[in-house]
Amino acid sequence: MAAVTDIDRDTLVAFLLRLADDHLILGHRLSEWCGHAPMLEEDLALPNMALDLIGQARALYQYAGEAEGRGRTEDDFAYLRREREYVNCLLAERPNGDFAHTMLRQLIFAAFMEAWWRGMTASRDERLAGIAAKAVKEVAYHIRHAGEWVIRLGDGTEESARRMKEAAGTLAPYVDELFENDAVTKAVSEAGIAPEPAGLRAAFDATLGPILAEAQLEWPEAPFAQTGGRKGRHSEAMGYLLAELQYMQRAYPGAAW
Amino acid sequence: MSVVVHGYEKREACAWKAAAAVVDPEIPVLTIEELGILRGVAVDGRTAIARLTPTYSGCPAVLAIELAVEAALRDAGFEPRIERVLSPPWTTDWITEEGRAKLKAYGIAPPAKAGNSVRALFGTAEVACPRCGSRDTTRVSEFGSTACKALYRCEACSEPFDYFKCI
Repeated sequence: MAAVTDIDRDTLVAFLLRLADDHLILGHRLSEWCGHAPMLEEDLALPNMALDLIGQARALYQYAGEAEGRGRTEDDFAYLRREREYVNCLLAERPNGDFAHTMLRQLIFAAFMEAWWRGMTASRDERLAGIAAKAVKEVAYHIRHAGEWVIRLGDGTEESARRMKEAAGTLAPYVDELFENDAVTKAVSEAGIAPEPAGLRAAFDATLGPILAEAQLEWPEAPFAQTGGRKGRHSEAMGYLLAELQYMQRAYPGAAW
Repeated sequence: MSVVVHGYEKREACAWKAAAAVVDPEIPVLTIEELGILRGVAVDGRTAIARLTPTYSGCPAVLAIELAVEAALRDAGFEPRIERVLSPPWTTDWITEEGRAKLKAYGIAPPAKAGNSVRALFGTAEVACPRCGSRDTTRVSEFGSTACKALYRCEACSEPFDYFKCI
């Protein structure tokens, strides 16, 4: 595997962990629907999407572990860090709420990731290009699935439309964080490893716009942009999520199948 | 010298044959060769190195397949090693023609070529019923019993069936 060497190892690992954490945490959230979805098809669909996300996270954690070279495995990253060491975007950790919240959150994340993965298929890092080439196709399914639900609910009954509108109001403050640039994103984009998030806005809007229009959903002005996830500053929801995610490894260290 | 090369090639072919016969645990009619995930087998002394690529990122069968390949190589007298390769990435186009025919015979509609667009909301990719061949089919769920399958129903013969999703 050709690895890119023109950025330092710490930056590469920091970058990989952000991306991996986004996928692990959102994958975990989706998996919470398993056994609780409103119908059998959704009980299959949501864990299926969770599986995609966690699979993508695994590939990224494995790479991070090798790049870091300190012997940490994917499980160490997933189960044995403290809350402040997770660097996922805050959108990923938002509670599931109702179906409108879950589906709109998924659509926002997938629309962003589709643009990102597409850019990353041209990465100078062959390994990441390989991960991206697979993920970009998987995320297309997520956009379609979540998009169809957003349309059904947004342009559905009075009640479903009200809930979708409420979801948009709740989630809008978490969108801008996805597009944040900082030293890490700058370094990886200059090295040709990944696109700069800020540059993906047009592609994101092009995916989301027609779906929101068809859903009769007017995007609300966010009163503020919530941020901090990339620095390990999380919302209250994150602690509960990690308590569940890490329980087995904390209670029975080293437990294996 | 040529005898040695010949012997080496024979061993390599033997290792390939052993690995290639391993079947996908979730679709036991397909070998990993037909599925297109066995990228190569190299022999180095007693060691046989099988290069495998995953299908879907989160496919839980990956580990089971790797273990099965290890066992098959060991049975063939090799010291097995698995190398996981991601590039070039697997797509459903890697499934061989024979593999597609076997899928259909097994009751799984083979993947349509290039039927996975972001813009195709409520899309109706034409999927023919693997039993009666009718194209009058309805998608029940884009996600099915495994990561690689979607659920369909045939309106002509009323049978539900799996569709191997296109990626």
